[in-house]
Amino acid sequence: MLTYFLKRLGLSVVTIFLVACIVFFMTRILPGNLAMRYLGKGATPEQIVAWNSDNGFDRPLLVQFGDWVGTTLQGDLGTSLQYETPVSEILLPAIGYSARLAGLAFLIIVPVGIAGGVYSAMRRATWIDRFITVGGLSAAVIPEFVWAVVLLLVFGVALPWFPVTAFPDSESPGFLAGVYHLILPSIALLLVLFGYVARITRAGVIEALESDYVRTAIMKGLTRRRAVTRHVLRNALLPTIAVIASQVPYLVGGLVSVEIVFAYPGFGSALLAAVGARDYSMLQSAVMVTSLVIVAFQLAADMLFAALNPRIRHKVTA
Amino acid sequence: MSAADAERIAARSAEVGRVRRAERLALLRRNKAFIVGVAILFVWLVCVAFGDLIAPYAVNEMDFEATSMPPSAAHWFGTDSLGQDVLSRVIVGARLIIVMSFSATALGTVVGASLGLLAGYFKGRFDIALMRVLEAISAIPVIIVALLAIAALGGASPVITIAVIGFVFAPNIARTVRAATLGEAEMEYVAAARLRAERTPHIVFKEILPNVMPPLIVEFTIRLGYAIFAVATLSFLGAGVESGSPDWGSQVAETWSLIFANVWWPTAFPALAIASLAVSINLISDALLEAFES
Repeated sequence: MLTYFLKRLGLSVVTIFLVACIVFFMTRILPGNLAMRYLGKGATPEQIVAWNSDNGFDRPLLVQFGDWVGTTLQGDLGTSLQYETPVSEILLPAIGYSARLAGLAFLIIVPVGIAGGVYSAMRRATWIDRFITVGGLSAAVIPEFVWAVVLLLVFGVALPWFPVTAFPDSESPGFLAGVYHLILPSIALLLVLFGYVARITRAGVIEALESDYVRTAIMKGLTRRRAVTRHVLRNALLPTIAVIASQVPYLVGGLVSVEIVFAYPGFGSALLAAVGARDYSMLQSAVMVTSLVIVAFQLAADMLFAALNPRIRHKVTA
Repeated sequence: MSAADAERIAARSAEVGRVRRAERLALLRRNKAFIVGVAILFVWLVCVAFGDLIAPYAVNEMDFEATSMPPSAAHWFGTDSLGQDVLSRVIVGARLIIVMSFSATALGTVVGASLGLLAGYFKGRFDIALMRVLEAISAIPVIIVALLAIAALGGASPVITIAVIGFVFAPNIARTVRAATLGEAEMEYVAAARLRAERTPHIVFKEILPNVMPPLIVEFTIRLGYAIFAVATLSFLGAGVESGSPDWGSQVAETWSLIFANVWWPTAFPALAIASLAVSINLISDALLEAFES
């Protein structure tokens, strides 16, 4: 198990390093123009030279890369070009807000998605099964911003049941008020995930229901319901874990447009502002943080998968 | 194995392929979801081809006497705050999103399938290195890579969007094709082709490629759905197309703040258009997946 963990951890580090290369060299595709694009077309050559040396952009590319990797490893995310304050001061609170929103979406989607999948598998080939599988996946292919504006229109404006912004007005809102404001945006996020989670759970449950050990359990006198809760779920949930982890990138991508529609000061809003301002240091850090989160989730899912699956657990320790 | 054996194997696998294709077509024709998907897509494709002719008004025609008018006989979908006909902009707007999504997916498929075929055929170090890089690319969400690229290249344009989405999709397609190729490379017909001393490009692209087409077609339609998702989202974020273009995502972006004043039609109709296009592609890819798996 430990060897397996170390091996996966090593691969994750390689992935993060490659992401760093992609991110860094992508923002420097046209290095000479970085200053021009930041300062605008009217900048004089002297201004450009000064700006470049202020920000260390006049050094060789590899030195800049090494320096960036080094400082980032020490936890220093650099200075924002647009606000001229440390990137972490802007990025960290924004990530906190986003984590709250994404966390709520996750908290709802995992049980609801799994329940939908199990229910669908138990009522196989009925209209409710078709509704959950076809409807779920159809909902999943519609972009978050479409869901966000439609939800806003229906449940925020036409039927004013929910607040139209994700952020409470008062300085210190109660916990419940905070959650209440986040409900519509989390629905926009989770409608995109529900179909995948439900479908993979359904497939797993159906496979388990048809297996010999479940047939034996039912023949021994267990009800179908007991058989599902005691035997099927444990096996059926393995692929579900992998799918949930693989949806994290989409969840993070979806945050950007949902936060814009619901005026939420999270990571996505910060990222979009950085794109508008050509704030490269902020962008680099934001993308690195994103991939770090994604890779960490992937690693955690792999470990959970291995821990729950005796075939992997024993093969590796043996 | 002699050359005659190789010929016989090739002939037999071609025959099996024909029968299987006919079965799949029959399966698809009986699938209601597939028919609905194709019908919706067909309507939008007609709009792509003849949008300017069908649209009742010119796309950029502004009627300042009739701004933000609700749906009526003259303007079925109403008018936006500039007095532009929403229906006409939805009809003509089909073009950008569909052409961009198709191009991006085609680019990703060509690059991804080539890499996947080579990785699956050669295996070894090339395969390992490629898979590492591809994993790194898929650890950044497509929307965020695209935003980064647009910031780096200094502006939104359809070509940049197509290139970025194609680049980001290539890994997933490569992975699918690689998995299929790994199995195919062990087959007798590949050994037969090697025996005939065929050159590697011939074996990979002429012999193996046709046999990995089924998963590749399914992957293409699935990616096409994601491409529509990504193109629409980027346009909504102002990072997909030049501003002012008749485009569904930009339309939603430019008008949605008016829904608080109950002017819902300039937002709702392009939003529904995006939803219907995405769902139609999903119904098609789902039916294809089912047909190819059975």
